[in-house]
Amino acid sequence: MVHLTQVIGEDVSTMHLCSKCAAERGIETEVAVSHTPLGAFLAAMGTGSPGMAAAAATGEACPQCGATLDDFRASGRLGCSDCWVTFERPLRDLVRRAHGATKHTGKRYEAIDTLTLSATEQRERDQMELEEQLRLAVASEHFERAAELRDQLRVLRSA
Amino acid sequence: MIPDGDMPWLDATGPDSALVLSTRVRLARNLKGHPYWGRNSPEDREMIAAELADAARTMPSLGNATMYRLDAVSLATRRWLAERQLVSRDLAGLDPSGHVRSAAALLLGRGAGAVINEEDHLRLQGLRSGFALDAAYDVTERMDREFGVRVSFAFHPSFGYLTACPTNVGTGLRASVLIHLPALVLTTEITKVLASLAQVGLTYRGLFGEGSEALGHLFQLSNQVTLGKTEAELLEHLGRMVRQVMDYEHRAREVLRQTAAVALEDRVWRAMATLQHARLLSFEEVVNVLSGVRLGVTTRVLPDYPLATLNRLLVLAQTAHVAQSFGVRCDAESIPELRATMVRRMFEEVGRP
Ligand SMILES: [Zn+2]
Ligand SMILES: [Zn+2]
Repeated sequence: MVHLTQVIGEDVSTMHLCSKCAAERGIETEVAVSHTPLGAFLAAMGTGSPGMAAAAATGEACPQCGATLDDFRASGRLGCSDCWVTFERPLRDLVRRAHGATKHTGKRYEAIDTLTLSATEQRERDQMELEEQLRLAVASEHFERAAELRDQLRVLRSA
Repeated sequence: MIPDGDMPWLDATGPDSALVLSTRVRLARNLKGHPYWGRNSPEDREMIAAELADAARTMPSLGNATMYRLDAVSLATRRWLAERQLVSRDLAGLDPSGHVRSAAALLLGRGAGAVINEEDHLRLQGLRSGFALDAAYDVTERMDREFGVRVSFAFHPSFGYLTACPTNVGTGLRASVLIHLPALVLTTEITKVLASLAQVGLTYRGLFGEGSEALGHLFQLSNQVTLGKTEAELLEHLGRMVRQVMDYEHRAREVLRQTAAVALEDRVWRAMATLQHARLLSFEEVVNVLSGVRLGVTTRVLPDYPLATLNRLLVLAQTAHVAQSFGVRCDAESIPELRATMVRRMFEEVGRP
């Protein structure tokens, strides 16, 4: 039995298919996961992601719009652009699952005034970036690189 | 009633028009300082709509665009816009609740448009005939640049352009190619092809209907990932995969020609007979038989017939369009008969010696 939640554009639909029907529809179990990123993370947020669970447990709300992670979990939509800053750490997890990356490399917006970061916020962001790279380095068994990153992190944390 | 009545993106003049009907590029953007849909108030939405409409007025790309306030136009117009896929059915208020959200709007230029107050504050879309990813992106990116110096978009140094849903964040780019794959469906190869697309980070949906049950064998192939790759990389990857799918479709057609030539011809001629002689037609049936006719024209089983007409019928045979062209209401009982009449007139001459 395959329970498939598809989120395509605006539409969320859940189908319950036997594996034969699933195959006929061109859906394979593993494929379905990559085909339905949001469904997969919303599921994962409950169990697989400690960052998300911890953040949800605090019940922290976005200071701008009042949305909490529970609201996000229920709707699959953020409340405002500040939510991306408030919940940056758990969202980073989720973005990695969806896109296989956490850093935008495309067109940059020379905003009239972009989100300006305090020194602390910048340091936190750098730290998350390094943690991310470290995780990747370990996962791909680039241990020399991992050691370098660990040193950099140590310096940053002691600052 | 609505400009672009000739739907240039369906005119079959673009590259690879035999297989690809049209290419669409969408960029999702949000304004700084306003909550997203779901958390914003009617006043917020009015401000968003006003700010964007003001900006558009002075833009070269949208200065002449027509603005439709979906909460102010008739149901017939909303259906009409949704049938052209210029706005989602949801935004047009066509779901059972029939509710149109306040300040939802469409700015419609030629082959380019901007949807306001959907899930994101602004969704820019460019449409081009045939397989034309770069051209569709260029027109959309131009609107993005022009808006970007007039309003402030929410942009994050690491996440890029911020969106209501994390699946759109980063570039905010969704490019999709509308492609006709009858031979892959008939040879049942489609299941494998669609599954392999999912593995390389593409998604698919039927133009009408989902998955491999896509009505009329029409599929929309699009990128799934929006962050971590540049716009050019995303377009290049999608383009390469679409080329591959086109190649598979050509091979499947060759197989059909060699193993089932008569069955194929029979299918094509039956489809044509339906369009030429049926007295009652549902939209679903039109889409299904159009697939057979399109296959017949592109494999030269049928005499030459303009693909543009076949493409446009996918819109013109929808209910609100039929109703409008005969001056009846969308819920008129005579719609299937009127649809058959319209279709019959368009196909009268085909295949006569
Ligand atoms: Zn079954
Ligand atoms: Zn918020």
